Amino acid sequence: MPSGHFLVSVGLILLGLLVGQRVDMLPVQASVNAPVYDELFRVLFSIGTMLFLGICGLLVYSLVRFRRQPGDFGDGAAIEGNLSLEIVWTAIPAVVVLFVGLYSYNIYERMGGMAPLADHSVMHAMPATDPGSGDRVWGGISTVSGETADLTVDVTALQFAFIFHYPEGNITTGELHVPEGERVELRMKANDVIHAFWVPQFRIKQDIIPGQPTVLTFTANRPGTYPIICAELCGPYHGGMRTSVVVHDRGAFDQWLTKNTLPVA
Amino acid sequence: MESTSELPVSLIPNHGSWLRYLSFSLDHKVVGIQYLVTGFLFYLVGGVLAGMIRTELATPISDYLSREVYNEVLTMHGTIMIFLWIVPVVNGAFGNYLIPFYVGARDMAFPRLNAVAFWMIPPAGLLLIASFFIGGASQSGWTAYPPLSLRTPALGQLIWIFSVLLLGGSSILGGINFIVTILKLRRPGLKMMQLPMYCWAMLGTSILVVLSTPVLAGTLVMLAFDIVAHTGFFNPAIGGNAVVYQHLFWFYSHPAVYIMVLPAFGLVSEILPVHSRKPLFGYTTMVYSILAIVFLGLIVWAHHMFTSGTPPWMRLFFTIATSFIAVPTGIKFFNWLATLWGGKIALNSAMLFACAFIVNFVLGGITGVALAQVPFDIHVHDTYFVVAHFHYIVYGGTVFIIFSSIYHWYPKITGRMLNEPLGMLHFVLTFVGFNLCFGPQHWLGMNGMPRRVSEYDPQFTLMNQISSVGALLMALSTLPFLINVFHSAWRGRVAGNNPWRALTPEWLTSSPPPVENWNGPAPHVEHPYGYGLVETTP
Repeated sequence: MPSGHFLVSVGLILLGLLVGQRVDMLPVQASVNAPVYDELFRVLFSIGTMLFLGICGLLVYSLVRFRRQPGDFGDGAAIEGNLSLEIVWTAIPAVVVLFVGLYSYNIYERMGGMAPLADHSVMHAMPATDPGSGDRVWGGISTVSGETADLTVDVTALQFAFIFHYPEGNITTGELHVPEGERVELRMKANDVIHAFWVPQFRIKQDIIPGQPTVLTFTANRPGTYPIICAELCGPYHGGMRTSVVVHDRGAFDQWLTKNTLPVA
Repeated sequence: MESTSELPVSLIPNHGSWLRYLSFSLDHKVVGIQYLVTGFLFYLVGGVLAGMIRTELATPISDYLSREVYNEVLTMHGTIMIFLWIVPVVNGAFGNYLIPFYVGARDMAFPRLNAVAFWMIPPAGLLLIASFFIGGASQSGWTAYPPLSLRTPALGQLIWIFSVLLLGGSSILGGINFIVTILKLRRPGLKMMQLPMYCWAMLGTSILVVLSTPVLAGTLVMLAFDIVAHTGFFNPAIGGNAVVYQHLFWFYSHPAVYIMVLPAFGLVSEILPVHSRKPLFGYTTMVYSILAIVFLGLIVWAHHMFTSGTPPWMRLFFTIATSFIAVPTGIKFFNWLATLWGGKIALNSAMLFACAFIVNFVLGGITGVALAQVPFDIHVHDTYFVVAHFHYIVYGGTVFIIFSSIYHWYPKITGRMLNEPLGMLHFVLTFVGFNLCFGPQHWLGMNGMPRRVSEYDPQFTLMNQISSVGALLMALSTLPFLINVFHSAWRGRVAGNNPWRALTPEWLTSSPPPVENWNGPAPHVEHPYGYGLVETTP
């Protein structure tokens, strides 16, 4: 293999890493989850850039270099295959896919993806979610709430709104308010059709399914107001089914909570 | 064995007249053209619907269509493009036209079944279109997830179910016909490993069709019962389970992606060697990678359901299975590149579309591997990122190959060449329009625009308008194509029997071919890709 090929490959890898590390395509990071997600995104973008530019480069190079000359009616080289080449390009995608799979498993773990689910038999065999890992943020089917959440909110989704109820303080609101840096657990149910709870700045999404309560936990870490978007087609006003999540610092959240608390009837 | 061979040519209905294209024809070539033209007409209908979607999305507010009609339009766009354009054309049209040539037969194994399968399509399509005018079409998306599909107007949903059942039935009949034709109708002495790659692709596709389409049919019958008889299979209000529907639906509908893509892999394997004058690189590994894709394609469906409350172990399993599809798919792309390497490449319209397919599909494949990763998918699931991804696969991939195939086989079908400058114009408009339309949608999805909405946050206006301009270019691109097809049918340069000097069996007869494909016995083609190995007539 001529050294030119080696230089091109190295150049491609460096370019991929450079592009992948500098790419800035995602919204603001507003949860503990977001930087972990963005790390995965940058790695996937790097690998994708290398593969895409490599394959397209090879394609365009072939089209230019092996272009048929006018009047040439001959055939190209009669090569029907090459075993070692084919082993190489079976191995390359296999290695890439294996790496991506293991890496994303690691990301999945760090996001709390393997946290046991309440309605699953494995739950009894595995230890409960480690209370110390505040960054375990994952959705799943659950019928009981975890004990680790700092704040629990009941979410009801219906055509075409989200309703948030805070058992602590008996508050019912159409806008979600959460404290910064604390673990929030949403216990979600749907009244009519399937909806989905999505906050792009948190990088999390979970369907809200009638007849099957779901739980989503997250830790917001950047004060501000972010959109909550329904991501599952739920009827004519699906596009209008949006509200906001307001992330407060602790003091402001306590103020909000006190101001809105209703006496228990 | 071959049924039509029992009929004297003079008894074949409307032989030689254009009326045969409107008849219950038993000639596989007529049936293939029936599929192609019907599919293209529905492509135009689906394209008009796409234009309505992009017009609505040119502004952030819902101001062009009523919200109900918008949901009808997006549902019908998906349904028509998948079930009436891509699946029938890439399977039915090219499969029926080419497979009998490739196996050295005079027709398909079951010509009457073939005609029945085709004639199920126009009524199904007309039903779908008619549902717009009788109480409104289905509004629940082409996925028809309950409970939404149980709550939207019932008539439109039932027509949709009935129509998809018809189309699925047609697809199953076609699949059985392809399997039997490829396995049992081969010319004596023709070995499986001598078949052109499109046969292997159609064999794999047909296996998927026969295994998975009945599951969709059963599921839709259950959905129909939930609607008309108020059973509770999928209705949580009376104890049903809405997620079970998703499992059953995707058990068909993910293989459906391969039903749309594998035949395109086969077609591009026919086109690249001819125009680069090189044997298809790595025939054997190509065959095994098709079989690997068929197998893996059946066990990846739940990657559409990572946010549906699936348990972690299931998410992991489907991540791994889905990622591994990249391996056999990657092998195919490297083999195609190696086919080009060292060739004598004619960069005509057929080749431009085929090479652009590689570019588009690689991008769609990369976003596909990314989407297979649960943590990545959770954020972009059900957003415009997914819309972009699957249009890169089914439009950038399969539809580009449909156009490439039309440029490649038009001289076979009509005996005349398509006009090259018009073809290049068609290509440039399609390629630029396609990438303008769907490229920005990746960004839109990552930044917060969900799919299937008729209104959006005003920060997304610019990217949506770029996307709509791209859609306009795609619409315009059909003009030079249509002019070309009609003009060349009468005025095109006479092609001769084998204008590409190709070695596959369909070219070793006259163009257009006689009713029974060859006037003498079928030729024995041992090396369908033997460029540089066997003599080609100049």
